[in-house]
Amino acid sequence: MFGIRVWILGVKSLLLHPMRSLLTILGIFIGVASVIWLVAIGEGISLKAQEQIEGLGAENVLVRSVKPPAEANTSARGITPYGLTRDDLHLLEETIPTVDQAIPIREIRREFSRGPVSMFGRLVGCTPEYAEVTRLQIQSGHFLSDAELSGRDNVCVLAAEVTERLFGFANPIGKKIHVEADYYTVVGVLKPRAATAAIGGSMSGQEFNKDVYIPISTLWQRVGDQVMTRRSGSFEGEIIELNQITLRIKKKTGLLDVPAVLATADVIRASLSHHDRAKDISVVVPLELLEQSRQTRLMFMVFMGLIAAISLLVGGIGIMNIMLATVTERTREIGIRRAIGAKRRDIVRQFLVETIVLSVVGGLTGILGGLCCVPAVDLMRWGVENYDPELIAMLPDSIRDVRPQIVLISIPIAFVISVIVGIVFGIYPAHRAANLDPIEALRSAN
Amino acid sequence: MKFAVQVEDLKKIYHLKGETVYALRGVTFNVPEGDYVAIMGTSGSGKSTLLNLLGCLDRPSHGSILLGGSDTSKLSDDELSYLRASRVGIIFQAYNLIQQLTVLENIEVPLYYRGKVSPEDRRRCKELALMVGLQGRLDHRPMQLSGGQQQRVAVARSLINNPDYILADEPTGNLDSKTTEEILSLFERLNNEGRTIILVTHEDDVSEHARRVMRLSDGELAEDRLIVNRRSALATSAS
Repeated sequence: MFGIRVWILGVKSLLLHPMRSLLTILGIFIGVASVIWLVAIGEGISLKAQEQIEGLGAENVLVRSVKPPAEANTSARGITPYGLTRDDLHLLEETIPTVDQAIPIREIRREFSRGPVSMFGRLVGCTPEYAEVTRLQIQSGHFLSDAELSGRDNVCVLAAEVTERLFGFANPIGKKIHVEADYYTVVGVLKPRAATAAIGGSMSGQEFNKDVYIPISTLWQRVGDQVMTRRSGSFEGEIIELNQITLRIKKKTGLLDVPAVLATADVIRASLSHHDRAKDISVVVPLELLEQSRQTRLMFMVFMGLIAAISLLVGGIGIMNIMLATVTERTREIGIRRAIGAKRRDIVRQFLVETIVLSVVGGLTGILGGLCCVPAVDLMRWGVENYDPELIAMLPDSIRDVRPQIVLISIPIAFVISVIVGIVFGIYPAHRAANLDPIEALRSAN
Repeated sequence: MKFAVQVEDLKKIYHLKGETVYALRGVTFNVPEGDYVAIMGTSGSGKSTLLNLLGCLDRPSHGSILLGGSDTSKLSDDELSYLRASRVGIIFQAYNLIQQLTVLENIEVPLYYRGKVSPEDRRRCKELALMVGLQGRLDHRPMQLSGGQQQRVAVARSLINNPDYILADEPTGNLDSKTTEEILSLFERLNNEGRTIILVTHEDDVSEHARRVMRLSDGELAEDRLIVNRRSALATSAS
């Protein structure tokens, strides 16, 4: 386009004022880089949220026990049973035909130890299906089996961090760990797993890497429903049968059946209406959350796009401003060129090339700057972690652990927009230059 | 006789804030090929207006300018630009070189606006630069040259497209007497080689180097005579 000479000349003219050109480029650089950054961070946040929700399983419905508010819990004995019961489990399992599996889960905070090493974590009682429904991946050994469930065996499966803390590099399979008065034989080890989302008020975020899984039948037998916890000198007890029931909805021909999941969720809510008065359960439908998160993501994108568009506009105004100044400054040169034969469009071309060079260089460096997003965010996080650990502890998970996700399409879009900005904001100054009267321009002092 | 330019009843009227200014009130003359004309006149005589018209920088209000037989008065802006690039060579009092270009690049500029630049053209640029006496200065920028040298660059630039005539607007106005002689002797040499030169000046010393003097007064041609005792710069200057 336009011929190489015009481009060389444009670059030469820009180099006459390196500082000015640099500052103009900076405007576009910031515009383009911010487009890529904002989109990448937005994408990172929403992807993480989606991942966490998907971690719960899109085809599942979760029913969790919720501890009722304290004032409702002041019976004579000080301990009131609450939450899901084994009857609820049977009710859901037997009466709702679209429920494929109902997996009971019971969680207790316990100290695990092996010899002198000990750590706190969650003791999770569950059934063999739990692994599949929550997508646990086995590193070695096997997950709990049906035989172990029905035999109420003292076996356990360790999550990644527990394994590392208690066993280091040793192979834990076949060895025993100690939980309170009981010993459990390790039969399997899990791969590390990402935490799930903290979703509104209905569900707190869950960390899975400090879990020890045992058959729920064993837990009922060894621990029972009543749990005493020592807290600042006094004991606090609670009676709870199940912490959670994860219900898997039947799939139609292997695909996720969205209406069926939503309809079943309604039936489940209705079936458990006897808990409404005590408000001691909550029903979580990951699919609904997923829909919400998609909409939030879309809004986020529009919002980010708007901010980025404004920054590019500002960059464009910067270009126009500089080019108008340049035209005024180079009136004499324009006059000379016109006098020795330049057509109006030659002049337009000359100035347009300069703005395009500015915006393209700004765009390209902006893309490079945008690609630095991931390491830069890591660096920032590292810096904050080292110099102000309290600040980072205060941030919510979703921001603390965000990994920007560069959206490929944002790169060409940002670049094209920057070039368009260069042309659009360059056209007016270029036309102003071309429409100068050559006779007047030659008289100019510059 | 072939004419480089023919001017017929040329009028130029400006309308400034309701006031009508008659810059040229009907000027007629011919410049034959190979002529060397000095146009003289006081300020306000219409000298600059005539120069702008001859330089194809402006269009007349009335009358015609025949350049190589075709009328320029009805041409579009683009067509006038093309004529400036290809048929007319303009030299200014203030040299008017482009500061960021080298000597050689400055000479080349009109070529781009005329069309493609061939290696042949490049060679001609160098030849012209040498011809006007810019040996060893080809890669200098105008800032690094003296006034006389800058004007030589301008002369070379005006010649690059082999114009029908060279139009020089006070070419020695910014130069000292010695450099003036040098530039005028360059003109004389070009004229002896057959180039047509139209020179605008208000100095008699300069106009006496031409073959013919035209004097403008109040927008009219007051005098048009051949110079009898022509001064030769070639005789006094060794360049």
